[in-house]
Amino acid sequence: MTTLTDPPKEQFRLSMLLYDTRYRSATIQVIALIGFMLLAAWIVSNTINNLAALGKPVEFGFFGEPASYDINQRLLEYSSRDTHLRAAFVGLLNTLVVAVLGCITATILGVVIGVLRLSHNWIIARLMTVYVEMFRNVPVLLWIVFIMAVLIESLPAPRAFRGENPEASMMLADSVAVTNRGVYVPEVLFSNSLGDIHLFGASSLRFDVSLDLVAFLIVLGGAIWTSRWIKRRADGIQEQTGDRPVTWWQRLAVFVVPIGLLMYALGFHLGYPELKGFNFKGGTHMRNSLIALWLALSLYTAAFIAEIVRAGIMAISKGQSEAAAALGLRQNKIMNLVILPQALRVIIPPLISNYLNLTKNSSLAIAVGYMDITGTLGGITMNQTGRELECVLLLMLVYLSISLTISAVMNWYNESVKLKER
Amino acid sequence: MSDIGYVRTEMLPEKEPPASEVGIIGWMRHNLFSGWINSILTLLSIYFVYKILEAVVPWIISPTWDAGSLSECREILHALGREGHYAGACWGVIHERWIQLIFGFYPPELYWRPIAAFVLLGVALAPVLFADKVPSKLLIFSGLYPFIFPWLLWGGTIWGPISALLGFVVGWAVYTLISKTMSGLLGIILGVLASLVWWLVISSYFVGAMDSVAAIGIEVVESRKFGGFMLSITIGVVAIACSLPLGIVLALGRQSDLMIVKYLSVGFIEFIRGVPLITLLFVASTLLNLFLPPGTNFDIILRVLIMVTLFSAAYMAEVIRGGLAALPRGQYEGADSLGLNYWQAQRLIIMPQALKISIPGIVSTFIGVFKDTVLVSIIGLLDPLGLATAIRADANWNGIVWEIYGFIGLLFFIFCFSMSRYSMYLERKLHTGHR
Repeated sequence: MTTLTDPPKEQFRLSMLLYDTRYRSATIQVIALIGFMLLAAWIVSNTINNLAALGKPVEFGFFGEPASYDINQRLLEYSSRDTHLRAAFVGLLNTLVVAVLGCITATILGVVIGVLRLSHNWIIARLMTVYVEMFRNVPVLLWIVFIMAVLIESLPAPRAFRGENPEASMMLADSVAVTNRGVYVPEVLFSNSLGDIHLFGASSLRFDVSLDLVAFLIVLGGAIWTSRWIKRRADGIQEQTGDRPVTWWQRLAVFVVPIGLLMYALGFHLGYPELKGFNFKGGTHMRNSLIALWLALSLYTAAFIAEIVRAGIMAISKGQSEAAAALGLRQNKIMNLVILPQALRVIIPPLISNYLNLTKNSSLAIAVGYMDITGTLGGITMNQTGRELECVLLLMLVYLSISLTISAVMNWYNESVKLKER
Repeated sequence: MSDIGYVRTEMLPEKEPPASEVGIIGWMRHNLFSGWINSILTLLSIYFVYKILEAVVPWIISPTWDAGSLSECREILHALGREGHYAGACWGVIHERWIQLIFGFYPPELYWRPIAAFVLLGVALAPVLFADKVPSKLLIFSGLYPFIFPWLLWGGTIWGPISALLGFVVGWAVYTLISKTMSGLLGIILGVLASLVWWLVISSYFVGAMDSVAAIGIEVVESRKFGGFMLSITIGVVAIACSLPLGIVLALGRQSDLMIVKYLSVGFIEFIRGVPLITLLFVASTLLNLFLPPGTNFDIILRVLIMVTLFSAAYMAEVIRGGLAALPRGQYEGADSLGLNYWQAQRLIIMPQALKISIPGIVSTFIGVFKDTVLVSIIGLLDPLGLATAIRADANWNGIVWEIYGFIGLLFFIFCFSMSRYSMYLERKLHTGHR
């Protein structure tokens, strides 16, 4: 008979920290942590010493001081007597404006180009390939600066619109003026306006919300909800009886009638730009910097979105649409129920990361003088106050929170559309 | 059965397909005019292409190569009877400034140095890029090239790069010595420490001593004379070369089981990816000197290089992580069952496959970094875009737009487009039938 004995109990020795796989990972982590903390401490102490030598302690009091510079393209009222914080806030809104505008335009353009690139029409497919390669392979900053230069150099000056026989004329039934000082488009005006709500009193973050817009959004939301309800009801009837009631006119009417009534009640009209003296007055003035940035970012990002859309559609195998056709689904049902849900799962994640890129690329506004958050906080405010550390860190923080918000949305979406597998 | 009047006994010859189905006409019918919508689209695009060519071709063909200013261009075109804003291109600006757009303000008598550096870059890259056509002995040269490259561009004593190289040699010697006699991990740590000690402490004495013994060197060129495409390519190449190893380390860190290492990597990657490059360049131009010991003031190009490298490393890490995640679990388990340790498994099994999968992503990151180098013009470096602004501000060339941006755009297009074609070639070559 053999006797089983416990293996001899090993004494813990210091060398086991290096040789024993049970302890080695802890050793590595501790070394990594110590190294990181040493590095961080070194950088922080250097920074403190350097700032002390320069006589610039870290403080954010300068945000309360008057900015004393002007922001020419803005959504909120702002004057040069406002604070640096107000300027940064206006800049942040400008960043969001160009990002949202750019994302919308880029998506529309990108989807159209991506689909056309798959066209059987040889010449259309080639033209779209040329577009995609042309925009993808040239830096976006070059496009921004180039479009800005073209706008300034080759569009007519406002004075070209004057006189009996002007060299230039306004477009779209005299409503849009394209000049080298920017584009003037009609503005939305209400004669019986409901007024504004003033949020945040007189602080730097004060914010006016137009009640007309709020009313419009409420009515629009109600219309969307009612339209969905009509669709669900029609679906229910179809399930029970097999006949689907005709609903398109109801669903159209719940949008058109309430919105039309609201517009009438508010006294909706357009304010057209007019040439007065040496410049256009009235209307909304979109400056060249905004147009150049918007156009360049959209055209550039559209090339990437086109590739994503093309890859997404090509990723769906032909068998899927054939199987759907064999089930007797019609063409639009095949697209809505079979192809799109699968293609979107492939398309959406890279699409959102492209939105993220567009938002980050909008920081290049500083090259054409559009006053976004980089132009205000990271540009003039930083140069005027000399507070590089605070400004750059805050700027990074702002972009980081925008990015993290967008990626949180993306992760949530990814979870919700993930293939439910075992 | 004799009332069968006629039975054909031989086959009829095959008929030609109808003329509308084959040849150029058939191709056009299928690809251009397959329906009325397609026909309209085709005609519209042909008209569109015609309009563009009609505007662009006469503009390009413009005999203004020798003009010295924009007004001179206009006079030449006027003499030819061509009027208007887009009468013709003014190529004089390219003729006068193309050297500047490529080399910046690099001393003309030293142009051979950047040219040699980039030619040698091709030689050094050849064994990596076209592994099957070039003798692998050249890899030794590729390993030495990172030390030759900065020396050729910036000049100075030859002992500087040699001392930097010796740092690696010292680290490697310590590592092999320790890992043979004691543990591998200790070897890595002590090896890195030995290299750092060499670079930070001994190197300057070594260079000084060797310089006094044998002063071999070439003329120093200051960073502010760098510019044009030379600057873009320098930043791009260095950032790409340094970010690949850094990205691999970060990706492994992010996939690692070690929690602290993982969170440090995740934090770094997400931070860098969440902010625009321009803010990192602001850090390079204003803050980096604050982060270092008082009195440190090193070159702006070096600072930009550091930040661009960190930036691209974060993106590279994500690409490589995608490749690591795409590998089937069985590969990791197979490596474990063979008894390979972590680094052996990574080196022999995981990395070759993961890198292969991530080639398209790596190359598109390369292209992105190269395109992003133009951002340095915002912090005042004279890359092609910065030079273009300077040229457009020149009284002679005030009002030039298309020519100069077209030239810069074309050069960028050639670089980036050929890189993307190369990645396609590599994908095809490395495609072994299964993914």
